[in-house]
Amino acid sequence: MSGRQIMTADEIRRATIRLSHEIVEKQAGTDGLLLIGIQRRGVPLARRIAAAIEENEGVEVPVGALDITFYRDDLSMVAQQPVVKGTSLPTGIDGRTIVLVDDVLYTGRTIRAAMDALVDFGRPQAIRLAVLVDRGHRELPIRADHVGKNVPTSREELVRVHLEEIDGDDGVEIERLAVEPAAEPVR
Amino acid sequence: MSVSIESDAEGAAVVGVPSVDVAPETQAVAWRHRHLLDVDGLSTAELDLVMRTTDAMREVLARPIAKVPALRGRQVTILFYEASTRTRVSFEVAAKNLSADVVNIAAASSSVAKGESLVDTVRTVEALGAQMLVMRHGVSGAPYLAAEVFGGSVLNGGDGWHAHPTQALLDLYTMRERLPGGSLAGRKVVILGDLLHSRVARSNIWTLTAAGADLWLCGPATLVRGFEAWAGRGAAAGRRFHVTTSVDEALRDADVVMALRIQRERMAAGLLPSLREYAARYGLTRERLALARPGALVMHPGPMNEGVEIAADVAAGAQSVITDQVTNGVAVRMALLYLLAGTHRGDPG
Repeated sequence: MSGRQIMTADEIRRATIRLSHEIVEKQAGTDGLLLIGIQRRGVPLARRIAAAIEENEGVEVPVGALDITFYRDDLSMVAQQPVVKGTSLPTGIDGRTIVLVDDVLYTGRTIRAAMDALVDFGRPQAIRLAVLVDRGHRELPIRADHVGKNVPTSREELVRVHLEEIDGDDGVEIERLAVEPAAEPVR
Repeated sequence: MSVSIESDAEGAAVVGVPSVDVAPETQAVAWRHRHLLDVDGLSTAELDLVMRTTDAMREVLARPIAKVPALRGRQVTILFYEASTRTRVSFEVAAKNLSADVVNIAAASSSVAKGESLVDTVRTVEALGAQMLVMRHGVSGAPYLAAEVFGGSVLNGGDGWHAHPTQALLDLYTMRERLPGGSLAGRKVVILGDLLHSRVARSNIWTLTAAGADLWLCGPATLVRGFEAWAGRGAAAGRRFHVTTSVDEALRDADVVMALRIQRERMAAGLLPSLREYAARYGLTRERLALARPGALVMHPGPMNEGVEIAADVAAGAQSVITDQVTNGVAVRMALLYLLAGTHRGDPG
């Protein structure tokens, strides 16, 4: 990988633990909590946060996975249909406090799609957002409740998160896009 | 990734949730087909992509609101020149579940009855805004002609005796879902009945041999003719299948038995002496099914003539997956509409 490292494996681990504390503190406990990772890298992150909560609180918080492909606002513009990874929610979402988990918050369009998808499943009490990296450049009025690391970036840069469960190792890197940037990488 | 029944912490069953954990990391092949005219052009990897996309659609169908906005604003026109209930309605439900706008045209009540040609009808439908055209026609090859003039995607909903690709794909999906281990490799699959007039069988030969099944075609000599020669050519190309007139040989130790409809009009053509004789010699009865492996799957593409090619108690029995075929048909057609919708945008040709 040619990029500049902005988070090491250790930093990701500490950020995950801090996020788990923040989430429990904000909810004043774990009652009604449901963590939902956005496919793909949000899913292992949500599992890690749930594991950290279990370690600290002794409570097993349910974890789901959400695929937002069908809700993307650029489906009519991309050259090829993105591969669908699948959604699986362990419980109903009515009345729950949902914490959406994703690796990078950028334009906010993924989160908009995720919220549209969620309301088709029911009516949660609240939806919150936890991300490992907030890189700025929002295009929608969306902000994260819990952030692992704020990273100032330019639009010509790419933030690449890799996680052991998917990529074999942990780390976050930032690299300059070689060619025309503009579009958020397909996730 | 497979659709399975899992239990959550409270012990309640969560039905039809694909287990995302085991999603293979293989960067899925790109879908490069603009039309779906038959299944003969699909690679094993592409078949796999269709199956996995269908898994995701099954999950959508299990939601409280079984509708996603993936095809919002797209017009899907369904143009059927032949009678059909399940295929037409299945395509319509599939398109609506993806939020597409659906236009239905039954040829019998359209300008076709005034003599409009297929090409003119297709051009007209396109001028009216159709971006995807689902088509059934009594003449083999008609969708290929439509694909030459239509600017969007053509999906073949059955043409003559030639092909019925979505049926073959939903059959493949149902077998993969219901067979232990989720694979057809080495499984004995029997297609029983009127092979000669069957577009379902012709498309199934491609997908089932690609999936590695031990495929047997069985029927009276008058209704399996021509397939021997195909089997010979297929073997040379690595697509092996068997043709037999012996129902006992075909059914023995079978894992899947698919009965095909016997059309009454075949009697007139002198291909069969009588329906009763066909039922006695080739009908899928409980006794015949006992030759197959215990728990062998019973399938039928519909519509059924109960008491002719399949006994009513077999069709409704514990081994029957006929209603699964119908449900999976919606999911498979959603997957195909979704995949095809990505391939022609910005490509006016």
